[in-house]
Amino acid sequence: MKKVAIRDAYGEALKKLGLVNEKIIALEADVGASTKSAVFGKEFPDRYFNVGISEMNMTAMAAGFALEGFVPFVNTFASFLTTRGADPIQCLIAYDRLNVKLAGTYCGLSDSYDGASHHSITDMAFVRAIPGVTVVSVSDAVETEKAVFALAEYEGPVYLRLSRAPAPVIYDETLKFEIGKGIVIKEGSDVTIIATGTVLHKALEAAKLLSEEGIEAAVIDMHTVKPIDRELIYSYAKKTGAIVTVEEHSIHGGLGSAVAEVLVQECPVPVEIIGAEEFAESGDYEQLLEKYGYSSREIGAACRKVMARK
Amino acid sequence: MNAERQQELQRLCFRFRNELIDLLYHIQTGHPGGSLSCTEILTTLYFEKIRQDPRHPDMEGRDRLILSKGHAAPILYIILAELGYFPKEELKTLRQINSNLQGHPCLHKTPGVELSTGPLGLGLGAGLGMSLSERLKGSEAYTYVVLGDGEIQEGSVWEAALAASKFQADHLIAILDNNGVQLDGTLEEIMPMGDIPAKWAAFGWKVLTCDGHDVKSISDALDKAVACKGKPVIIIANTVKGKGISFMEGKNVWHGKPIGEEDYKAAKIDLGGAPA
Repeated sequence: MKKVAIRDAYGEALKKLGLVNEKIIALEADVGASTKSAVFGKEFPDRYFNVGISEMNMTAMAAGFALEGFVPFVNTFASFLTTRGADPIQCLIAYDRLNVKLAGTYCGLSDSYDGASHHSITDMAFVRAIPGVTVVSVSDAVETEKAVFALAEYEGPVYLRLSRAPAPVIYDETLKFEIGKGIVIKEGSDVTIIATGTVLHKALEAAKLLSEEGIEAAVIDMHTVKPIDRELIYSYAKKTGAIVTVEEHSIHGGLGSAVAEVLVQECPVPVEIIGAEEFAESGDYEQLLEKYGYSSREIGAACRKVMARK
Repeated sequence: MNAERQQELQRLCFRFRNELIDLLYHIQTGHPGGSLSCTEILTTLYFEKIRQDPRHPDMEGRDRLILSKGHAAPILYIILAELGYFPKEELKTLRQINSNLQGHPCLHKTPGVELSTGPLGLGLGAGLGMSLSERLKGSEAYTYVVLGDGEIQEGSVWEAALAASKFQADHLIAILDNNGVQLDGTLEEIMPMGDIPAKWAAFGWKVLTCDGHDVKSISDALDKAVACKGKPVIIIANTVKGKGISFMEGKNVWHGKPIGEEDYKAAKIDLGGAPA
């Protein structure tokens, strides 16, 4: 499977968007070469504001631009954006319902060699808890570009979760991306795997392995974690009777929590949540995914476990 | 500003102080000290300088005023009501359930409020974003940000100060309500800010000072600020927390204390009027 780094896809998408929409501006906190916001900055120097290493000021400034009718894309590592930049995200951007797009890159363990200090496993929990903030987490390069354009069309604050890692390209250009609508990638009747972000391809691998054992797992790309696609979750809970969620994020407050919250209200079925339960460490990304529970083998094991609980 | 206008605005401030004390006594909640210290600053800005139209609060190209020290909301609301942004009768609903007047300024509830504030240290950065937006649009509008002196203990203020300097935001004007007192005590006791003008100058700002209770002094400083090109400007307005109410002046306990009956009577005597 061809791999493309999500961050590269993001940088190019933002530039493309800038060409057709002059209201787009970008803010950066000195990691533009990493987030790839610099690709936009090179094309549109007048609409690019590198504020240095000051994330809190960056998110506050974004509020000001949005209040004036611009559509700011705010760029830095997911971890720093949602910790150092958190206060204005909550107090200004969300409270004042501003049209700011918060692009947090290097999500999950994807900044693997930099270590746990640079990993981001709590970002979705924070932004998801804030009233009115939409949370989108993309799985490949094609979806990244579609999401960037969809965000610009959508009026309101959105957190866009991006990975550093080269990710297998799952979709082709025919992808129809709609905020709030999960995508069924593979049908199945025994169990449903709901994944978000680049670990989606691990879920697909797991489903393939399960299929060889005679277990048919449905696989859903839940790219919008909030507002979550309740109807799709109910429909697959009823159809398959068991659900496994996969996210490169803490098991507290992310996709697994969101799915479980919805299920207990209307259609309680057994759920297994795959995610982070501890801080990880430096290392090769694939090796980290393996060590910290994101291998297709472990996803498969979770499927068998949850099926036994039906 | 001629002497007649000066007198007129000072009289207005006197009336606003009376309305403020009546209001805060009536609702038994809210922040008197920091409202009283910035009364002349806000009055001069709103009645003398900024170009806005209460009938068209969203008018393109208007000047913006951000009350970054959002706890001074009561005096802001009194002024916005006077200007006609909303009926004066609404003032008594301040801080009460179902009111448009929140404890701290709220953009989407109160006409005339340009940014929700309250958590300190965010107004300057947001104001910078607004100011740079106006520049991108080719507008000459000014963005005024009223800061508290305790507030500038927040690191985010200095992040914004650096950025405003880098981007040469000469249509961004900060006014520091330099009353020397914060919630827990004086700045000297709690967190001394040292040489405040030198700090801002070192961050690349043009620094002006004025008497923050003299509308002419404030107005003159604002004229100089507008004339400054190529860098952001801060006006250090020297003020007294609780100004105008003798027993509140310089006292940190009056940052947010409810006004009791005896205090109210004494305050009204200071303000030259009988208790309502």
